[in-house]
Amino acid sequence: MTDKASGATPPRGFYGPEGGGGGLLSWVFSTDHKRVGLLYLYSLLSFFAIGAILGLTMRAELLMPGQQLVSPRVYNSLFTLHGVIMIFLFIVPGIPAIMGNFMLPLQIGAEDVAFPRLNLASWWVYMVGAFLAVTSLFSGGGAPDTGWTFYAPYSIRTNSNVSLAVLAAFILGFSSVLTGINFITTIHRMRAKGMGFFRMPLFVWSLYATSWIQVIATPVVGITLVLVVLERLLGIGFFDPAAGGDPILYQHLFWIYSHPAVYIMILPAMGVISEILPTFSRRTIFGYKAIAMSSMAIAGVGYLVWGHHMFTTGMSDTSRVVFSLMTFLVAIPTGIKIFNWVATLYRGSISLESPMLYAMAFIFLFSIGGLTGLVNGALSTDIHVHDTYFVVGHFHYVMFGGTGIALFAALHYWLPKISGRMVNEKKAKRAFWLVVIGFNLLYFPMLVLGIMGMPRRYHDYLPIFQTPHVISTIGSWVIATGLVLMFWNLWSSARRGALAGNNPWGGTTLEWQTTSPPPTLNFDAPVTVTAGPYERGEGRTA
Amino acid sequence: MHDNTHAHGDGRTAEHAPQPYGLFIKVWAALMLLTCITVGASVNWPGAVGTAVAMAVTPVKASLVLLFFMHLKWEPPVFKIMFLTAVGLMAVFFGLSFFDYLYR
Amino acid sequence: MSDTTLAHGAHAPHKDYEGAKTGMWIFLFTELLLFGGLFLVYSVYRTLYTHDFHLAAGHLNVPLGVTNTFVLLTSSLTMVLSVTALQKGDRQSALNTLGWTLFLAGLFLVIKFFEWSAKIEHGLYPGSPVLKSLPAGEGLFYGLYFVMTGLHGFHVIVGMILLSVIAFQVKSGRVHQGDFVKLENAGLYWHLVDLVWIFLLPLFYLTN
Repeated sequence: MTDKASGATPPRGFYGPEGGGGGLLSWVFSTDHKRVGLLYLYSLLSFFAIGAILGLTMRAELLMPGQQLVSPRVYNSLFTLHGVIMIFLFIVPGIPAIMGNFMLPLQIGAEDVAFPRLNLASWWVYMVGAFLAVTSLFSGGGAPDTGWTFYAPYSIRTNSNVSLAVLAAFILGFSSVLTGINFITTIHRMRAKGMGFFRMPLFVWSLYATSWIQVIATPVVGITLVLVVLERLLGIGFFDPAAGGDPILYQHLFWIYSHPAVYIMILPAMGVISEILPTFSRRTIFGYKAIAMSSMAIAGVGYLVWGHHMFTTGMSDTSRVVFSLMTFLVAIPTGIKIFNWVATLYRGSISLESPMLYAMAFIFLFSIGGLTGLVNGALSTDIHVHDTYFVVGHFHYVMFGGTGIALFAALHYWLPKISGRMVNEKKAKRAFWLVVIGFNLLYFPMLVLGIMGMPRRYHDYLPIFQTPHVISTIGSWVIATGLVLMFWNLWSSARRGALAGNNPWGGTTLEWQTTSPPPTLNFDAPVTVTAGPYERGEGRTA
Repeated sequence: MHDNTHAHGDGRTAEHAPQPYGLFIKVWAALMLLTCITVGASVNWPGAVGTAVAMAVTPVKASLVLLFFMHLKWEPPVFKIMFLTAVGLMAVFFGLSFFDYLYR
Repeated sequence: MSDTTLAHGAHAPHKDYEGAKTGMWIFLFTELLLFGGLFLVYSVYRTLYTHDFHLAAGHLNVPLGVTNTFVLLTSSLTMVLSVTALQKGDRQSALNTLGWTLFLAGLFLVIKFFEWSAKIEHGLYPGSPVLKSLPAGEGLFYGLYFVMTGLHGFHVIVGMILLSVIAFQVKSGRVHQGDFVKLENAGLYWHLVDLVWIFLLPLFYLTN
């Protein structure tokens, strides 16, 4: 546990006896936001690993045409579980639950979140939901095979264990709502003296926007999933065409939540990038207010575009045109962010340490994701690529290339604060290149496959599609290797890395002013803020 | 550390003096009366008129409950803004859904 | 969620009255949107099956629905009087009016029980053979009726549990004139239950 270079150890901070010590019970019943954040970290990464293994299995099956490893029925369950686990258990809670919990109070100079016990409860609710989700694989009529979207009427008719999986998603949504309530109240009520809304770090702004989406949108999918269960148990007929119901209404209700949920996933990622860029270009952020407001704008416009998932369902032409138009509006606040980030880099004193490398990769990969999104958002082209691998490629570029990579950036950026020790840069860079190259090998061929006409969710394919599939599968092995190296490096750095000190990167936000790791109540003395979050120089806080 | 009053520019906080009992009893009487009007209209003029009265009166009843029983009238502006945001987004969900159902 | 205590460390518990109320209101928004999803389903099917909805609504018991409205509105009054009484430091009145609120909530459920029983006796319940023989819109109407009043009834039960717990805390003095936000938040929840019913009455009982 000692530092090889100096033999010194970092302060124990909230890991120490004052924070509850090291026993398991002191962790799972801790109301300290930092400990809750780490509980989420370990839980989420475990499910990420399971989801990744499911994904690798699918890629292996798709190496050649015909059946290799699993039957078509099992394949259907594989992509359903990969989707359910990655979306509901990993990427929706994702950055807010891990980094938001840990960093939000630190960044606004507070002792904790507004409702610490509710915060712990949200983790427990999450674990119950996760337990039920995993149980649904092995009980009842077998693992769900509907895809993560649970589209009616198939989700009503299939004998697989949809009811339990849907209940799990409902409970996970509840956890998400509790976190949202907590964050909004914290941001409104707990900011340090002198920190007006426009002195909040941009990560906090992104969490604020995200929390509003969680609170307003999640209940809609909650009640929809309840209706699916009632439909299966009682046959009320809301989504059953035989009883006069409308299956497309299910899709409306589902996407009223699930499209804004995309912004639940991506906004905090954008917040992370907005923290890292000014730190590693040694400049203040360019266009602070524009970036902050664009987060709110994305959250707002995000409610207006859900229909673009449904262009081919047979909904009215009017609504298809309206939703397509609205979809293009999202590009405006997103573009504002990208341009401001690039302007922040301009004439900055850029240093390419691992967090910055991941941030750069985010901008590159997310831009591909965003541009392919426009192809899906335009009515005419969407008809061609709908339900093909193009869509699969697109949302992996956005979700994994965006949110996933941003989470990795955040882990490298804040590991010194969380553990008190530095990341091994050499190993981090090696892993980084494997991840990014593997990523593009894995997902770029999917865009090509989609244009060629390969449908998604198929167990088998025609021989003409084989070359891109082989490249993609090889890419899955490269990125898997990179991820293993990256997590191993993070783990060993947290235990044996060089001492970090309070502010190893020269960051300007409040979390860098306290010790690494922070003490249980975060700051030794009350914090007063006298300047914006990215202003450099003396006298920022009193 | 948490001197939070600075959060509100106009200095209004959620703490307010209790209102007289009589005010709430008046609001309750109004709610009962409005219910009778709605039901009366629906029974006597079923169809368009009854529906129109219900559509006009029900939001008034809801507003009375929100403003007085739920104290929204005396809360700082941030509460009202939040509430209108939530209701506004719900209206957006309805509106955009009906672009499908009305033009199908 | 009605207290903002920092549960760890040696610091004195941190109470934030406005924070607690902010959290409660945000929670109420999620409740609003939860019912909002069902109201959307209702409005879509009422648009698609206007005639069937009018026919089906004719079978609901209007006097019982209206009586329940009066009951719930009155319980909302006693609730707000309870909060006001505690704010003024009159604990006994606060407890009395809280008792009335609980009684009226129970009365609401009893009336609801008889109403549901009558419907089920006539074979009108989700998935019943009688409903399947009716036009599709009527089946959807009764599906919505049971789901929406059922979810509302569930909220009444949760509200009763919540109010009972708070009543004990008022009685024991944990909730008092100087720290009444728990009672106020429970009251907010109860008024939301009332609010939803205000909309359910015209949508189901007054649609014929």
